[in-house]
Amino acid sequence: MAANFNSADIAAFKNVWVFCEQRQGKMMPTTFELISEGRKLADELGVQLCGILLGDNVDGIAKELGGYGADKVYVCNSPLLKNYTTDGFTKVIVDTVEDLKPEILLFGASNIGRDLAPRCAARLHTGLCADCTHLDVDLDGYVNFLRTGSSLDVDNMSFESKLFDVNKNLKMTRPAFGGHLMATIVCPRFRPAMATVRPGVMKKRVYDEALANKVEIIHPAFELNAEDVQTEVLEVVKAAKKMVDLIGADFIVSVGRGISKDVEGGIKLAEQLAEELGGVVGSSRACVDAGWISADHQVGQTGKTVHPKVYVALGISGAIQHKAGMQDSECIVAVNKNDTAPIFEVADYGICGDLFKIVPLLIDSIKAAKAAK
Amino acid sequence: MKIIVTVKQVPDTSGKVAVNPDGTLDRASMQTIINPDDMNAVEAALKLKDELGCKVVAFTMGPPPAEGMLRELMAMGVDEGVLVSAREFGGSDTYATSQIIAAAIDTYGVDDDDIILAGRQAIDGDTAQVGPQIAEKLHLPQVTYAGEIKKEGNTLTVKRMLEDGYMTIKVGTPCMITCIKELNTPRYLSVGGAFEAYSKPLSVMDYNALKDHPLIDATTIGLKGSPTNIFKSFTPPQKGVGLMLEGADKGTTDKLAGILASKHII
Repeated sequence: MAANFNSADIAAFKNVWVFCEQRQGKMMPTTFELISEGRKLADELGVQLCGILLGDNVDGIAKELGGYGADKVYVCNSPLLKNYTTDGFTKVIVDTVEDLKPEILLFGASNIGRDLAPRCAARLHTGLCADCTHLDVDLDGYVNFLRTGSSLDVDNMSFESKLFDVNKNLKMTRPAFGGHLMATIVCPRFRPAMATVRPGVMKKRVYDEALANKVEIIHPAFELNAEDVQTEVLEVVKAAKKMVDLIGADFIVSVGRGISKDVEGGIKLAEQLAEELGGVVGSSRACVDAGWISADHQVGQTGKTVHPKVYVALGISGAIQHKAGMQDSECIVAVNKNDTAPIFEVADYGICGDLFKIVPLLIDSIKAAKAAK
Repeated sequence: MKIIVTVKQVPDTSGKVAVNPDGTLDRASMQTIINPDDMNAVEAALKLKDELGCKVVAFTMGPPPAEGMLRELMAMGVDEGVLVSAREFGGSDTYATSQIIAAAIDTYGVDDDDIILAGRQAIDGDTAQVGPQIAEKLHLPQVTYAGEIKKEGNTLTVKRMLEDGYMTIKVGTPCMITCIKELNTPRYLSVGGAFEAYSKPLSVMDYNALKDHPLIDATTIGLKGSPTNIFKSFTPPQKGVGLMLEGADKGTTDKLAGILASKHII
């Protein structure tokens, strides 16, 4: 540990950092979302945006981060960093943070980010906010976000604080209690302010080759020995089945408990509609819990957050956990037998009826509408 | 050898959730349950107990009624309960909570062949931070998202689930493993177990019991010692009710497809 490191010495910290997660030498797509968001925060603070990339011989994938807005990328290469280990990654990140003192440090809320970030925060003695869906430094931007993103009467509220500078501190907003409540968290007394960010939520910028060519690649000195890593990775196995790409999909057709009378038939109909739209099949938690469909299809607070162009909810009642993951879709179509189902509260277009009857008709109607264009 | 399981009593967020006018959760009106992922950790502990005959101790931090949850776990087969409870601990964020629970576990004692199991995350906060942060404070290795645990001597082989597959990780005891629902199916409590539950030891660790532990410092626990604070809390906006289309026949679906086409959505 750097002898002079004190997480409470706020003035000593500067710049925004993003942990750039790669697996098997391939950058995780969330990293580009985080770099894009980090650029916004760095601009609001008037500081630099830096990526920190750990791996074995990963210089080749560092430059692309510049194209999304990184000014610098700190690259730490070691055979001991080839596969992710909690101990190895925590040590290198914590040591580098203690040396270079960023004021903000972001991670993707992946299964790896959510393993690594809490461990780093505990060692650095600083705060960490999990699974953020919105980040602001600038207070006006935050208030504008609340204007549409909350039910608060923002014009009659005070945002001042005697305890900290509300205009300089990172405001980290996240869902809590299964999406029933949103909370904005601050970390005013310690640095870096740390957050994990839900994959699929932040918008990726347009890639700029000229910026990529300007990015500065730096190799900070670090120490890591085999004894520092207490776990051993025996193997890394990629799922044989192709996982459904909900986050990147423009069209999602999701199924819920409403398919229970004919599970196979219901999923088949959803697949047919998804195919007609050029999209993929999603699901509510109920279907995953019942074992009808694999967990990679799950949309919602404990599944994935999606914002496709069109989200079709078939036989999904619309529990708040589900809505938390899909309500920001551009257009929501709901089909449900129960006209009081909460899903209709967020739907742009609702049809009250039996999905087994409606979906085949809808597929025909869409085919006809496309043909007529 | 013993197994320590950390558990949490949480409001049942899958049922009706009541929100106070000031945007905080109306906990009093809500049912409490044992956090679902923690049940998988308990089951994993009890399976190891069935196999090896080791002791299982459940730790929880919370208000005094959490004792009821510990008794329930004892009825399932947990041997001992520790309730970490004090006004000074209230309002703790994940950092402060981990610090207190780590101090409690350390005070109880961790032996070289012990295993600590936790649920991946609790449904009230969904943070998944307390398990890893306890491990950090106890200087123990961790494996999160465990979908399978095999034990051979003092070595565990854990299938650690990733979004796109899994890793197989070897780790020695003592260590922290966080469990997900794919790991197992939790057992029910037995009638005999319910009778025995009340004769099993349950202790309370309060502020006095922990205040001399090096991890416990008034500036690092409770609301005041938490690095993170809530700036604002609010309910998400209700989206305006959309258009309910009349009928449920071909005319209805034609209308919908027509609207989507006119908006260039399809």
